Amino acid sequence: MSDLNSLTIADARDALRKGETTAVELTDACLTAIEGAGALNAFVHKTPEMARDMAQAADARIKAGEATAMTGIPVGIKDVFCVKGVPSQAASRILEGFRPEYESTVTQNLWNAGAVMLGKLNQDEFAMGSANEASCYGPAVNPWKVDDRQLTPGGSSGGSAAAVAADLCLAATGTDTGGSIRQPAAFTGIVGLKPTYGRVSRWGVIAYASSLDQAGPMTKTVRDAAIMLGAMASVDPLDSTSADHPVPDYESLLTGDIRGKRIGIPREYRVDGMPEEIDALWHKGADMLRDAGAEIVDISLPHTKYALPAYYVIAPAEASSNLARYDGVRYGRRAKLGQGDGIVEMYEKTRAEGFGPEVQRRVMIGTYVLSAGFYDAYYNRARKVRALIKRDFDNAFADGIDAILAPTTPTAAFPLKSVDQSDPVQMYLNDVFTVTLNLVGLPGIAVPVGQDKKGLPLGLQLFGKPFEEGELLNQALVLERAAGFLAKPDRWW
Amino acid sequence: MSITEDQARKVAHLARIAVDDAALPALARELNGILHFMEQLNEVDVTGVEPMTGVTPMRLKRREDVVTTGEMAEKILSNAPDAREGFFAVPKVVE
Repeated sequence: MSDLNSLTIADARDALRKGETTAVELTDACLTAIEGAGALNAFVHKTPEMARDMAQAADARIKAGEATAMTGIPVGIKDVFCVKGVPSQAASRILEGFRPEYESTVTQNLWNAGAVMLGKLNQDEFAMGSANEASCYGPAVNPWKVDDRQLTPGGSSGGSAAAVAADLCLAATGTDTGGSIRQPAAFTGIVGLKPTYGRVSRWGVIAYASSLDQAGPMTKTVRDAAIMLGAMASVDPLDSTSADHPVPDYESLLTGDIRGKRIGIPREYRVDGMPEEIDALWHKGADMLRDAGAEIVDISLPHTKYALPAYYVIAPAEASSNLARYDGVRYGRRAKLGQGDGIVEMYEKTRAEGFGPEVQRRVMIGTYVLSAGFYDAYYNRARKVRALIKRDFDNAFADGIDAILAPTTPTAAFPLKSVDQSDPVQMYLNDVFTVTLNLVGLPGIAVPVGQDKKGLPLGLQLFGKPFEEGELLNQALVLERAAGFLAKPDRWW
Repeated sequence: MSITEDQARKVAHLARIAVDDAALPALARELNGILHFMEQLNEVDVTGVEPMTGVTPMRLKRREDVVTTGEMAEKILSNAPDAREGFFAVPKVVE
């Protein structure tokens, strides 16, 4: 057997059931890998004691014949999830010292299934960013590299992506508000699934933009994404937007048969300046699905171009409201106050030193677009455009399209510190292929399909119909099998 | 539309984020860049379109109006930067 930490969830599950390994051995292999991977800065709070206790409990459960597919599987948790008693600060200084007294529904579901908690993973602060550079812990680093420069693992779930790609854990949780699962998955050559809005509970997930946020699995294979989604998803009375749909057995829906499915290729995703390699990959992906018996159809999503500006109105607006709770009173950090400072100075100083530059920027933009006199011009207009973007997808599905294939990112992973932080719009362009899906609430999955000339991973994404993650995973499986992406980063860390 | 330094100061105050006067020109410039980007939305004809509020047509869930949780003041205060005698403590609010 290969190194235990490099196993997939499915292979580890089978090995555990056959008694070929134990949860304790798997966990120790991951803990050793984590200890040796400080240079990746992926794990920012490690929980080895908790991991060993949970692994022992998992082994007892397996012995008793009460295991689920996730029992004994060591996972990493993005810092944005509240885990009881464990630092949970969404990579923000303002939540320094915060140890939740409660557990997020997603992590509780994973622990109930018997998964093992290895620790908290790096991310962009409050999930705002596409390079993991906006983190109070410093950036996570991509295990892939082609020269002496360190590359971004993407963001915001950059720590999760780096950890899974470097085999520090078998899988990780992520959250996706504008592409934060799919873009880092593409940059690191792993699978990332953003479920339908409402499929996975948001309870206990530190909020960024509540109408867009959705948690999902980041895994080594499509099958693993199916297994882990099944464990993460639930119908949750604690989240009023949790959908009342029973959770199917996603793995059993992986038939590999997509004959007769109609896959749409949206012409508006062919953007100016898109690298040849990405375009070629996209064609290759379409060919793979066609070879498997799907019908490839050119479609139009006419309002695609407006998704990015609409997103950068709506997401900051919601963020400015959600982040109003960080006031230096109830949790986290409070600034040192001067003589005579009152409560307003306390709020202003606390938030100035607690929030990083990108979070401050988005909170202020959100405040501006919601302020009297600008609400209609910006916020309401963006919400109307959002309705039109949604209509584009409704029309495509009404025309008999089953799924949509598009590139995940406009480029492969880029070097850390290469994007001008004082030009936020340039940074936002990274999200051009991913934000649309969040605006319309649909499920999407990023699958590694190839490598660029230098050898960096490139991915494609599939968009599916609401609550049809099973069908989406099945299409992704076909793409994964046809692409045969098996490359791993050479270990340099 | 464009943001002046004065407006940037006002926005920062509304957001309760302290910004030094010296940082206002750069802030105004960044905010203007973002707003300029957003102005693409003005190209879209939105006549008769209702603003979207949620992605799935669903009625907000309802439940019995009963107490379901509570009696955990200690837990709620456990993460406060300053808590005294069962309360959150803040600087003096009323003169």
